[in-house]
Amino acid sequence: MSLLQSPLSRMAKHSTAWILAAVLVVGAFVLNMAASGVIVDIYTYFCINLMLVLGLQIFMGNSGILNWTYVGFVGIGAYASSILSTSPAVKEMAVANMYPSLVELQTPIIPALIIGGLVAAAVAAAIAWPLMRLSNAVGVITLFATLIVIHVLMTQWDNVTNGPRTFFGVEYYTTIFIAAGAAAVTLVAAYYFRESSLGLRVRASRDDRFAAMACGVSVVGVRYYTFILSSFVAGLGGGIWAHYITSFSPKSFYMAEAFVLITMLVIGGAGSISGATIGAVIVTVMRESLRQIEGFLNNSGVIDFQVYGLTELTVAILMIIILIWRPEGIVGGQELRLPFVGSKHRSAESADEASS
Amino acid sequence: MIFGEFVINTLSLGSLYALVALGLVFVYGILKLVNFAYGEYVMVAGYSMYILGAFTPVPWWVTMIVAVAMAALTSYLTELVAFRRVRQKSDNAALVTSFAVMVLLQNAVLLFVSPRARAVKLPSAFSESITILGVVTPLRNVLTIATTLVLLLGLTLLMKYTVLGIAMRAAADKFTTTRLMGVQANLVISFAFIISGFLAGVVSIFWVGRSASVDPLIGFTPLLIAFIATVIGGMNSLVGAVAGGYVYGLLFNILSITLPASMISYRDAFMFMIVILFLLLRPEGMIKGNYTEERVG
Repeated sequence: MSLLQSPLSRMAKHSTAWILAAVLVVGAFVLNMAASGVIVDIYTYFCINLMLVLGLQIFMGNSGILNWTYVGFVGIGAYASSILSTSPAVKEMAVANMYPSLVELQTPIIPALIIGGLVAAAVAAAIAWPLMRLSNAVGVITLFATLIVIHVLMTQWDNVTNGPRTFFGVEYYTTIFIAAGAAAVTLVAAYYFRESSLGLRVRASRDDRFAAMACGVSVVGVRYYTFILSSFVAGLGGGIWAHYITSFSPKSFYMAEAFVLITMLVIGGAGSISGATIGAVIVTVMRESLRQIEGFLNNSGVIDFQVYGLTELTVAILMIIILIWRPEGIVGGQELRLPFVGSKHRSAESADEASS
Repeated sequence: MIFGEFVINTLSLGSLYALVALGLVFVYGILKLVNFAYGEYVMVAGYSMYILGAFTPVPWWVTMIVAVAMAALTSYLTELVAFRRVRQKSDNAALVTSFAVMVLLQNAVLLFVSPRARAVKLPSAFSESITILGVVTPLRNVLTIATTLVLLLGLTLLMKYTVLGIAMRAAADKFTTTRLMGVQANLVISFAFIISGFLAGVVSIFWVGRSASVDPLIGFTPLLIAFIATVIGGMNSLVGAVAGGYVYGLLFNILSITLPASMISYRDAFMFMIVILFLLLRPEGMIKGNYTEERVG
């Protein structure tokens, strides 16, 4: 049977990822032609966030470890790529006391983005091995502590990041097509990673650590490589984000952002690509509409005080309700499968999912 | 007399941190849940003090009792409404829930009170200084140390000699077995949350006492301190948490004195690097509890 499988029917078996990716790209074209500028902006931002959530899913969803540090790697990628892509003249103005050797560095944007991802991956590779040995609460606190260390470094090392002040002057590069394309590629990549040998071993270590060890899975090893991959996506996504926002400060890579990304992933269901995507859609729609309401309340003068925090408050309540109702997320750790494609191929994979 | 000053400062800071850490460990010991919302109980107590002080004529001691009670009540309510429904289903879900509760409480204050800091009225004892053994020190330092000693003594008696205390210690060791012995799970867990909130309320009095103001983000630093102290001391032991609090206070003061001025802004990074190193070398903390499954390889 496997000899007869053409690439097309393989794609049909893994239809979910390809369909979602296609929808993303088609959506970008349709919105770019038909919709207003605000909608295009929201969609672009959604795609960037989706890419970041998928990167988070690669590690957190497959290994089951709550990854606070992720957003720190997004920051590392954002700073690294922005420093590389911004011209020396702008940097001299924007970052007062940057190291002269860094000021002179400049590469085109695409290599800068890739290097941003690689820098994040390299930092992850350097620090992650001991971190991956920890599990449970201690693991969570350590990753949390690592995020704080990264944040303190970003706010204090002003020769590189301009300290707590805003880093501005980054070139605008991320259009709706680039964002949608990046999200689509990440989606397919994250999907195939989940199905790959390494992905399967990480998931085994999540479901039953001791059984996985008994089967010869090096739990620390598989977590380590997955963490590096996830951090690479974080760095790449951070670069793409930076070239969309064009000015940012270390505050953008801290608790609030980490909460948004983790909310997206957990609401949809951390275990699967479909879950991450659905979570990103729901949270984006909610946040954007609440923000409109908040803006309306503040500007219209219906009430005589300023409204702060309504968006976060509502998202937090929604999150608690969903966790009570479905602790594994809306999708619950499985991939959505369309009823009419690929249903005949009941592979070991889908049998595994049905039984879990 | 610099040494005497250092000792009193360290003892007072350490006492405060010991209480902070103890409150977190009470819940962690039983549920294995790192409660991110813990810092917000401190905030709730702080705002209770602000509201009672600013809008009612009640005397200060009523304010403090109400503030501590509000923290304990908030802690109990979050257990009842949020954690109770999630905690049996998945560890990660409970963890994320606690973070969501933290965001919820923080933003509720942002929305309903104000994003700006508010001044809190305090009794004059908080701003007076006294001289002990030739050292001039704020009276509140002495009050912190004394309150901590009384509370630690009381909690020790509670945990050692009452049925509830024994049940809680048993639940922290083997929860399932404890339930088989006829102890009601929800009761024990609720009490753990109430004690945790109570301690957060007491911490809040002294915490707010240092700056005499309260803002929506006030809970974050106590939360971090509780993390560090419990990790150093041992996540599974109440004694460990107290020891960790004092060690953290000592470490903090030593770093504050010895780090050169240019490096002082990196102090938090140093603290957390020490924590990470500590976890890697000795994940069970200084004092090992009975439940150890932290490290894989």
